[in-house]
Amino acid sequence: MDRLMNFFVSPVLKWALLVLAVVFPLISDNEYHIYVMATAFIWAIAVYGMNIITGYCGQLNLAHGGFFAIGAYVVAILTVDHGWAFWPAFIAAGLAGAIFGFLVGVVSLRLKEHYFAIFTLCVGFIIYLLLEKWEALTHGSLGIINIAPPEGFGFVDFTETVPFYYLVLAFLVLSVWLVSRLSRSLLGRTFLAIRISDDLAQSLGINLMRNKVLAFVLSTVYAASAGALYAGVVRFIGPAEADVVHTFDMITYLLVGGIGTLMGPLLGTLAITWLTQMLQSLEEYRMIIFGPMLVILVIFFPRGIVGGFLTWRGRRLANKASQQDQGGESQASTQTSGTPGADKQEAGNNA
Amino acid sequence: MDLFLQQVLNGLTLGSIYGLVALGLTLVYGILHVPNFAHGALYMVGAYVAYFTMVDLGLNYWLAMIAAGAVVAFLSVLCERLVFHPLRNAPPIHDKIAAIGILLFLEAVVQMYWGADFRRMPTPYTEILHFGGLTIPAQRLLIIAGAFGLMGALHLYLKKTMTGATIIAMAQNREGAFLVGIDANRVAMMTFAIAGVLAAVGATLFAPINLVYPAMGHLLIMKAFVIIILGGMGSIPGAIVGGLIIGFAEALGGFYISNEYKDVIAFALLVVILSVKPTGLFTKGVR
Repeated sequence: MDRLMNFFVSPVLKWALLVLAVVFPLISDNEYHIYVMATAFIWAIAVYGMNIITGYCGQLNLAHGGFFAIGAYVVAILTVDHGWAFWPAFIAAGLAGAIFGFLVGVVSLRLKEHYFAIFTLCVGFIIYLLLEKWEALTHGSLGIINIAPPEGFGFVDFTETVPFYYLVLAFLVLSVWLVSRLSRSLLGRTFLAIRISDDLAQSLGINLMRNKVLAFVLSTVYAASAGALYAGVVRFIGPAEADVVHTFDMITYLLVGGIGTLMGPLLGTLAITWLTQMLQSLEEYRMIIFGPMLVILVIFFPRGIVGGFLTWRGRRLANKASQQDQGGESQASTQTSGTPGADKQEAGNNA
Repeated sequence: MDLFLQQVLNGLTLGSIYGLVALGLTLVYGILHVPNFAHGALYMVGAYVAYFTMVDLGLNYWLAMIAAGAVVAFLSVLCERLVFHPLRNAPPIHDKIAAIGILLFLEAVVQMYWGADFRRMPTPYTEILHFGGLTIPAQRLLIIAGAFGLMGALHLYLKKTMTGATIIAMAQNREGAFLVGIDANRVAMMTFAIAGVLAAVGATLFAPINLVYPAMGHLLIMKAFVIIILGGMGSIPGAIVGGLIIGFAEALGGFYISNEYKDVIAFALLVVILSVKPTGLFTKGVR
């Protein structure tokens, strides 16, 4: 049992998952499944972005879907109307994400908690309205078709599903690796401190505004890059990409997997995507299940699959430690009973 | 001049509906400090209940309004009991997410039962009145009178009755209210019920000159949030004044600036105001 538990938090699991992801197209002969997996990976990248600002830094950003759409539209407009190739447009999308993220972040992050959530909800809606109404730039409600796919090199052609799958997988691995570096760095700790308490963080000498804006810009770059990849695979986009429903979907993925954990966003996205695929006939009514699920999750399992597991493991380890110490001095047992929190945090960063 | 007055009248109509919805939102915020994202969905359910009481059951407009008020008040109290009450000590991000969950659920249920079609709600008041150069549809007059009547009734209820006073007391100072023996559960349920009734009545008044569809609450709830930020979260006069400001800004802006972008006006106003003054216009301090 203990070995199993340790396996779940060890790096071995991550390598095993990666190998599984690499061989997935070889064992699955259903091209549609590979396509679903690739789009799920794209969403997961966006959810990782959301995890930076909402999970680590504790600010509920409801404009995330809007930034996803900005990335998608930058690629669409540049490749279709201005004849750019995909990769330069992809980089431009990331830059656009950073610039808009910075502008919105500087204004919105002066606001706290509810004000921030409401403000970003409105920003998301403004993005949606602009995409729909500004016909000269965005083609209005018709959307943009024939977006250039990512150019391949040599024999690799990214218009085919399997090479595209590997492309997205590479980006996903890069995203997860960056987030894992981030969460272990001083910067990641700083974000956590801000989530726990603005005032405490400030009294430690943390510059709140600079760190929050940094977290926000990182998250919007993730969202815009994911949107750009999405435009490259779907090759048709409309204002609906900016619909707040996508933001709500991403919150669901994040919450199911485990908010503020490293593997949570990926697990949550994959779990919900495949659940939706299985309940295909329910696609339109999926919210009848997901709505109450969100409520039940925040009431009973606010830390999601990964967070829940880590809490359970932390408690188990603590119990065991205090049992061993039972005979010892009472001092030691009070010390260990203080550790589960720290232990959990540690595990949270490694899992 | 007549055109201008016509726009003022439109602004007043919009403003009174916005005010009603924002009032419910601000009351709930004052008591529980929850930004209830599901409030727009309750408004939408209210419109559907009224529509189907009138069309399917063939009852009259006023009975439909009462039915809508009752059903939505019940739903609203249910949300408080089942969702917000258990989360009262959770981090603030949790009840926002839970409210989004309720919103998604209600919309999906309505769409499953009644489909996503746009429907037009009938009204017995279809006359068009003329005053000088002004043309005023009777329904618009009804909206203005109904909304302000309801606001007046709410004001009397909060100021003159004991239960009303408990709501105000709890909004002003939670601990103080507990100290003098006010039952927090009762006050919270009462507040949610009132918010539900306000939303449902607002929906029944507004639906005949608008359309009924599952996403009808989206825009409205966001505008209501803009309004309560403008007016100060938790402030009752602020919600009414804010509602009128947004109503007029939209009617006049939509007429004189651009009809295409009139829905952006409220949000642009919010962005500008919060950029200059991050605590909102009429707030005294940050909560």
